Amino acid sequence: MAPAASAVRGQSLSSGQQRVVNDFSIQVATANGSGSQSANLVLLRSLLLMGIPASGKNMFPSNISGLPTWYTIRASQRGYIARKKEVDVLVAMNPETARDDVAALAPGMVVVYDEPLKLNEVRSDLVFYPVPFDKLVAPVCPDAKLRRLVKNMVYDGILAKLLGIEPALMEQALNKQLGKKAKAVALNSAALKAGWDYAEANLPKQDPFWFEPMNETAGKILIDGNAAAAIGCMMAGVTVVAWYPITPSSTLCESLIGYMKKHRVDQATGKHTFAIVQAEDEIASLGMVLGASWAGARAMTATSGPGVSLMAEFTGLAYYAEVPAVIFDVQRVGPSTGLPTRTAQGDLMTVAFLSHGDTRHVMLLPASVQECDSMAMEAFDLTEQLQTPVFVMLDLDLGMNNWASEPFAYPEGPINRGKRLTPELRQRIGEWGRYEDIDGDGVPYRTVPGDGMPAYFARGSGHNAKAQYSERPGDYLDNVDRLVRKFETARTLVPAPEVVAVPGAAVGFVAFGTSHWAITESRDQLREEAGLDTSYLRLRAYPFTEALGAFVDAHERVYVVEQNRDGQMLQLMKLDLAPARVAKLRSVRHYNGLPLDARFVTDHVMAQEGHIVATSATVRAAAMLGGE
Amino acid sequence: MSTLRVNRIGLEPQVYKGGKSTLCAGCGHNAISERIFEAFYEMGVDPSQVIKLSGIGCSSKSPAYFLGTAHGFNSVHGRMPSLATGALLANRKLIAIGVSGDGDTGAIGIGQFVHLMRRNIPMLYIIEDNGCYGLTKGQFSPTADIGSRLKTGAVNDLPPLDLCALAIELGATFVARSFSGDKPQLLSLLKAALAHKGTAMIDVLSPCVTFNDHEGSTKSYAYVKEHDERLEDVTFVPFFEDISVDYEPGTAQEVKMHDGSTMVLRKLGEGYDPTDKINALTHLTEASRRAEYPTGLIYIEPDREDFLDQLNVVEEPLANLGLDRTRPSRAALTEIMDALR
Ligand SMILES: Cc1ncc(C[n+]2csc(CCOP(=O)(O)OP(=O)(O)O)c2C)c(N)n1
Ligand code: SF4
Repeated sequence: MAPAASAVRGQSLSSGQQRVVNDFSIQVATANGSGSQSANLVLLRSLLLMGIPASGKNMFPSNISGLPTWYTIRASQRGYIARKKEVDVLVAMNPETARDDVAALAPGMVVVYDEPLKLNEVRSDLVFYPVPFDKLVAPVCPDAKLRRLVKNMVYDGILAKLLGIEPALMEQALNKQLGKKAKAVALNSAALKAGWDYAEANLPKQDPFWFEPMNETAGKILIDGNAAAAIGCMMAGVTVVAWYPITPSSTLCESLIGYMKKHRVDQATGKHTFAIVQAEDEIASLGMVLGASWAGARAMTATSGPGVSLMAEFTGLAYYAEVPAVIFDVQRVGPSTGLPTRTAQGDLMTVAFLSHGDTRHVMLLPASVQECDSMAMEAFDLTEQLQTPVFVMLDLDLGMNNWASEPFAYPEGPINRGKRLTPELRQRIGEWGRYEDIDGDGVPYRTVPGDGMPAYFARGSGHNAKAQYSERPGDYLDNVDRLVRKFETARTLVPAPEVVAVPGAAVGFVAFGTSHWAITESRDQLREEAGLDTSYLRLRAYPFTEALGAFVDAHERVYVVEQNRDGQMLQLMKLDLAPARVAKLRSVRHYNGLPLDARFVTDHVMAQEGHIVATSATVRAAAMLGGE
Repeated sequence: MSTLRVNRIGLEPQVYKGGKSTLCAGCGHNAISERIFEAFYEMGVDPSQVIKLSGIGCSSKSPAYFLGTAHGFNSVHGRMPSLATGALLANRKLIAIGVSGDGDTGAIGIGQFVHLMRRNIPMLYIIEDNGCYGLTKGQFSPTADIGSRLKTGAVNDLPPLDLCALAIELGATFVARSFSGDKPQLLSLLKAALAHKGTAMIDVLSPCVTFNDHEGSTKSYAYVKEHDERLEDVTFVPFFEDISVDYEPGTAQEVKMHDGSTMVLRKLGEGYDPTDKINALTHLTEASRRAEYPTGLIYIEPDREDFLDQLNVVEEPLANLGLDRTRPSRAALTEIMDALR
């Protein structure tokens, strides 16, 4: 007989305790390499199939096997998908971390654990469900070597029974996850059932957490941001890709390879309408991209911080010689190797001014998988329109975690290949100069090798409007000042921010990328818990557009929320905004490697706002005293 | 009335000229530029289909001094190979010539050089080898020989890189060495390089008259002339010329090039077979022990697949494909989305 689950949450538990429905999080603690990822995704998919808004976040180590991994699934009936700090249901599978994981729980929370770990001895204020995983998996999985993997599916079965997931939906999720591998499906399905049956027979419900069907996820897809960006690149018509593996960006190019091999093979000849090269390093990756773009192809690379550092010199060349390039930076925690498997928004300053001398670069800031797709396409148009590198700044949370999303729309209309010299234009302007600003927007006309138009000599050294070598001060100024004009043109072309202006709100948020999801939730918390209404501007690109200044003007205090130590976006804003506007900016910075959560934002804003309330009260008091 | 001289595609020599050289008078690099000009003109290569690429250095400046009507890209130090690779991926119809220096290739750029050779990117790769860094005023480069002396008296005591031996090890398919002062040999090798499919690498000893042409240098004109050990007499017969070269049986070797041209290699001394890889490497090692520079065609493998064949890329330039070829259909996106539900 299994030991009875110990009850908690005071006396009220078994009697009239409040049900908590579709609003809690489950954390599965395992060691990596144990194959828990499939079980976790089956769980996530099951919730989505039940119509419940849910998100999954993987916190994994930078090694291949044996180190602790935590996967957290959050269900939220209100649709919040940011990370939630508090864990409500813990599945403790990893002996190494189990005791710490249990210690971190709030009283009354739930622990499903591997029975031999005897976690029920650690605390008495939790709901414990012991499960003899090894005993359960042995009969359903004759092959001892597979048991370590299949064992994970047992906890899915346990949770399904305990929390109210329909077995048929979980079965459907399993089929989806394992695809056509019939043997694996059968094996894992038996494990699910073993878990379910065990829970039914031995684990009477002691906790308040329940899943109930909703209707919030119909038609949605589940995809990670890297794969979403890959789809965008393919639909944008990318033809040359060069990359060097680095977490968390590798799966962007790996997904792209998969999609391209399927959808970009010439029907008639069986040949590829693309070339993808795993280069020798990131310097070579960007070199190949620049060579290809210079020769007229749509080309891209994807990397992360260390790769960005290596790309500096070539990025400067691309800026100065005016060569397009799409560069995805899936940001991880730096400096140096940092925390390679943790998330950050820490490359903003580096990328904005990458390379020596005066440079400025365009960055797009996707917040969702949908924007990974759409901004990938926009990046290719922008880089050719502007003839300068465009960086698409994802982060690990967006790139590597799975997100539920509306399906992506098919791109309508043509693509923009930018200004190319044509015979007609040549006729009109007479002699063409590669770097001549004919239209006054800082963007010149280019030709590409083999197009039959006049050639030019591209170089990273000083050049005049005709692309001839020049060290003359006037020629240098003409070029670099025109590049400033071009950056002003970029301002008018990049995706505009998304603004939610709340009438009468004195406080505004500025955030971007994955912080968006925590901000959305935090704004509700501030309104509901403190009666604080807030407006919100979500940046979608650098350079900033006029809307940012107007937003700051319209508010008394503007909280710039970001996931780095030094307030890098705030610094960029300071460079752009007039002092009166800068004086209104406040900073909220989250940088421990975990995705931002709403409570962190709410607490920090409250602390600063609370201070303001207190100060003004003191000022009022002082003013009254001053009458003496 | 003078009739204008034109080549087989009807272009005048003028079209193949470049800007005025800003290199030192007498620099070996200038002589190489002239041979490149002649080779492209005489082979009737259309300059509008040529791309010239380089890294940084005096040598890397030289693409501005030939084929002025071709596109060029003078990039960053040591990274020309990746740029060339990308350009050729974008447009495989282009004819690419890369010019580098022994520093640009052997030091900062050795990594990219290695991978260019491995990939057999279809291009000419010229190293203008003067054993020093010209542009930064004469420091030793990795091809400086042991015991070679700088003007300052500093002596090099590290072993040199033999870029030809390295290239062969790496799987290069056309490896030659020449001397900027040997006009006919260099010209023949350049033409043969143009006829080769795959990377054609030529290490051209090219003395730096300003920083490395003194007594005690092993890359001076005098020293190289003295130690030039020609492997064979190279005659290049282009596919479009109907000439036969006469030689006594057994005194020459013919190599058929990919484009139908022929190289006739007349034996000198004991004879040398450039299709034998092991022999080539042995010969290079022995020659370096004798402190000689073997010049001529060192190694050739005429029919290996190039990188673009390996990648199974369509025949048309990728850069020219329209959206109808590069954007999957609405149905394809629906299929992708359905699979993600
Ligand atoms: C990243 C970087 N480091 C250093 C330099 C300085 N630099 C310019 S040319 C050169 C060496 C060139 O030597 P080589 O390639 O042999 O060409 P040469 O001038 O001898 O023809 C160096 C070190 C540079 N341009 N870029
Ligand atoms: S410094 Fe040397 S390598 Fe440079 S141009 Fe002068 S002679 Fe040539």
